[in-house]
Amino acid sequence: MTGLNFIGAGLVVIGAGIGIGQIGGKAMEAIARQPEATGKIQTAMLIAAALIEGIGFAALFAV
Amino acid sequence: MQRFLSHYYWSDMHRKITIKALTLVFLLVSIATFANDDKKSKGKETHQTEKTKEQREKEVEEYIPHHLLDSHDFSLFSYTSDEGEHVYIGFPLPVILWDDGLKVFMSSKFHHGETIAQVGDSHYKLDHGKIYKTDTAGTITYDADHHATNVKPLDFSITKNVFTVMFVALLMFLLFSRMAKAYNNNGSMPKGMGRLLEPIVLYIRDDIAKPNIGEKHYKRYMSYLLTVFFFIWIINLFGLTPLGVNVTNNIAITFCLAILTYILTTFTAKKDYWKHIFWMPGVPVPMKFILMPIELLGTIIKPFSLMIRLYANITAGHIVLMSILGMIFIAQNWLGGSLSFVLAMVLGILELLVAALQAYIFTMLSALYFGAAVEEHDHH
Amino acid sequence: MDKLIQDFSIGLFFWQLILFVGLVLLLKKFAWKPILGAVNEREEGIKTALASAEDAKKEMQNLNASNEQLLKDARAERDALMKDARDIKDKMIADAKEETKEITAKLIENAQASIVQEKQAALAELKKQVAELSIGIAETVIKKELASKDDQLKLVEEILKEVTLK
Repeated sequence: MTGLNFIGAGLVVIGAGIGIGQIGGKAMEAIARQPEATGKIQTAMLIAAALIEGIGFAALFAV
Repeated sequence: MQRFLSHYYWSDMHRKITIKALTLVFLLVSIATFANDDKKSKGKETHQTEKTKEQREKEVEEYIPHHLLDSHDFSLFSYTSDEGEHVYIGFPLPVILWDDGLKVFMSSKFHHGETIAQVGDSHYKLDHGKIYKTDTAGTITYDADHHATNVKPLDFSITKNVFTVMFVALLMFLLFSRMAKAYNNNGSMPKGMGRLLEPIVLYIRDDIAKPNIGEKHYKRYMSYLLTVFFFIWIINLFGLTPLGVNVTNNIAITFCLAILTYILTTFTAKKDYWKHIFWMPGVPVPMKFILMPIELLGTIIKPFSLMIRLYANITAGHIVLMSILGMIFIAQNWLGGSLSFVLAMVLGILELLVAALQAYIFTMLSALYFGAAVEEHDHH
Repeated sequence: MDKLIQDFSIGLFFWQLILFVGLVLLLKKFAWKPILGAVNEREEGIKTALASAEDAKKEMQNLNASNEQLLKDARAERDALMKDARDIKDKMIADAKEETKEITAKLIENAQASIVQEKQAALAELKKQVAELSIGIAETVIKKELASKDDQLKLVEEILKEVTLK
């Protein structure tokens, strides 16, 4: 196991973090624009975040 | 009607707040006792022989993976008595081995890994939470990667995790069957705990099952979705209590749940689902051949990510929480102690959220996959 | 990944599978079905209650509407009757007036005609009398002419007086 593995995993985690941040931010904007759709937006946000999170974990455990 | 509803919502809201307050108090107590127990055991040790900071660090470092492991007895905490003897508070659990026939004995025979258990002609030794077959002297040989090379008998023991699963299953059964009975005696109105649980049941039905699976098919999956949600949630909450159980950070548990979702998806799928995997409509023929393996792989990746997500979230949460608690014993001063206490409390609240959130996400994604399996595409 | 496979405990998987599937089946029978059934029943009950309330409201509205229609009809009929009666009355008055006018006109005409007749008859009588009188005067004058001139004059005067008196 070389250090490169961990660097790679770190990169994936950074990417996943940015992705989830984007989702969260956009969801906030969407909620601000349409507060009545909060429930639907939250659900969609959680699903998308969970999917990206899965990739992050896959990278972590592939190390 | 309106008035009734608003009252209902108000009381619902009120109830939610009460629960939040209760869980918060519970969490506070649990962390406090957790810290207390450890301090008691470690404090005695430091009293005996003053340890260096490095030694303490090493101890904490070893303790964390130990906490995450399954064990063959239910020990709440252990300490070293003034006579230098290890004292364990807890109770032993049955060990069930399949090694040329069924072998059942109590885990107290191992004396927490300190002695070798002899059953008939075979000798077994506990090493890092796993049972190995050894010779009479109990030697365990290791390979280069520090993996034991001894024979591992098939272990169907009632371990701490299995015990917790049994306990939670019993708890859930009593809770929900009583809740169901209350409806009969109370004119279709919930009573007691049912009042608290009914909104959650309805939420799963109306906001998870119905929109994702569809009005037509959702009823078939309700039992699984409800059970899986409450099971993961309750067992995650148990992981946050000072009992020290930690079920959902076992890959076997999450694998089991994920494989059930996979089996349900696969065996209840309609023709359209398979058509979309093997012969994607609406794309040119060469693309169909490219999409086939990707779609097929996707069906396996979906439950795989379910498994990994739950496992990793709970494991990560526990490691971080334990590390921060461990800092109390490493720092051993009022500043480090209080700082990590506050941090652990904040993190504990976050973990409380994660416990529910992971249950929700598991249920939600399962429902989504079921929905994809029974979806009917009219437009093709 | 290695660690994950290393940590995989078959025993735990086995127990979890049995316990969880058992739990799902048990809860399905003893909890979820009755709970969801009861909730469904309650929701259906509320729905039907609401629907029947809505129906009753609609029926009420219908009833009100028909009542109003009835009232309106009755009012219209009354109005029509009143109008008819008024018309008949007006016509009768108008007819009566017409008739009266005709009769009066006829009467006046008759009266005028008889007046004219009477007048002519009177004139004719008058003319005859004047002629007779004139002849009488002339006769007398001629008789007395021979006596004296004074007597004659006196006579004329007397006759004239007489004529005037007459």
